[in-house]
Amino acid sequence: MANPALIAAVGEVGKGFIHERTSETLPCQATDKLFCWGWASEHINRYETPTLQHLELVAISVLIGFVIAFALALLAHRHHWLQPPLLAGTGVLYTIPSVAFFFLLLPLTGRGEDTAIIALSAYTLQIIFRNTMIGFANVPRAVVDAARGMGQTDRQVLWRVELPLALPEIFAGLQVATVSTVAIATLAAFAGGGGLGEPILKGGISFKTNLILAGGITFLIAVSFGLILFALQRLLTPWRRVTQT
Amino acid sequence: MIGALASSPPLASIGGALEFIFTPQTSNVTGGKTVGGIDQVIELTLNQLELTVLALALSVVIAMPIGLYLGHRGTGELFATVIGNAGRAIPELALIAFMAALIGVGVLNLTLALAILGIPPLLTNSFVGIHQVDRSAVDAARGMGMTEFEILRKVEIPLAIPTLFAGIRSATIAIVATATIAPIAGVLTLGDFIINQNVYGDNGVLAGAILVALLALTLEFSLAALQRRLTSKGLKLNPA
Repeated sequence: MANPALIAAVGEVGKGFIHERTSETLPCQATDKLFCWGWASEHINRYETPTLQHLELVAISVLIGFVIAFALALLAHRHHWLQPPLLAGTGVLYTIPSVAFFFLLLPLTGRGEDTAIIALSAYTLQIIFRNTMIGFANVPRAVVDAARGMGQTDRQVLWRVELPLALPEIFAGLQVATVSTVAIATLAAFAGGGGLGEPILKGGISFKTNLILAGGITFLIAVSFGLILFALQRLLTPWRRVTQT
Repeated sequence: MIGALASSPPLASIGGALEFIFTPQTSNVTGGKTVGGIDQVIELTLNQLELTVLALALSVVIAMPIGLYLGHRGTGELFATVIGNAGRAIPELALIAFMAALIGVGVLNLTLALAILGIPPLLTNSFVGIHQVDRSAVDAARGMGMTEFEILRKVEIPLAIPTLFAGIRSATIAIVATATIAPIAGVLTLGDFIINQNVYGDNGVLAGAILVALLALTLEFSLAALQRRLTSKGLKLNPA
């Protein structure tokens, strides 16, 4: 029934990546078909747990990354000399490829979800930090001076004037960080962190239906998060809609 | 609990990883096969660099002319933005695996798959870089009688160098990072140490992670240095 040459090819190419190759998946796995609708509709529930894990990984990582990056940005906003070293430091974390980052943590945290979350949060720092700084820098001096003239303290200027005006840039950073993290979190599977990369590694590269499903779900999550954050930004900065050209 | 901790397999150490990088050792899985050592490290590094350079060149050839043209014309902003944003949402692992399934394994096919990751940042940055150039500078050039191509080559591109280069850096980092998982598509890069833990052991995995991180950082710092050299002196004096 299934083409033996193809099964051999699956074994050869995907060596080490097929942990569960049950007889029920084999017919679809070993066909040339781009997408087996039958298999997909029967086995879609297999992707539920990885999807939830994926969402959890992304949500926790982006949240931690945001809190740290935002705190660093506030610090660098007050002490300007901190900006270059913080930019360079987060830049290094951003440049290290995620797959490598997961395993640099191997001697410290081993494999698993915690390792994945640390690496993914570290990855988001640069984007959120840089965008928040850009947001603060873009606040017109005149507005800050006006707020001072009205008798606002530094703290009031920050929270009532600078922060709201910097929201679009901060949200843009959050959006880029979230969308990238959704995509990159597929690599967490290499480090035993779960998520939608796991079915990809388990299914091997010849199992196209599985690749399309897992990759497609990931892509859809990324795009939805991107759109949700975009909508949220528009909601939170109503004054922008009026002045936008 | 303590029993579980004690029975967990020994994890990697920095010392073990360094030893793996410099001295070939016998893999405890594949029955006497020699793994690690500086020769294998160099071979895999060169493979990863080759793949990165090929994919980067391909994506530059595809994306830059389009971005420069659209930026010069000032049209297609939506197109450039959508491609840039959608590019970030592509899961690398699925892309590599799917392209390998679709067109087969090997350097050429992987080059194609990796080039897809380089296109979005290159396209967006070339568009934005050229589009941002001060219109009065362009008008002045036109008034001097420059042709459209001359304006692009002599005015817009030099002024857009920082943004263009930022695009090249993003693309390079994305490509070299993803070239790490190339072994799943049949091309052995440094990622092989990371992915095939059963062959190289945990020290090999850590060694691979260190080497991949160093490779990416070296590329990033070299490109940053190159960018400083290529940026015209006038632009450096007046940072916008």
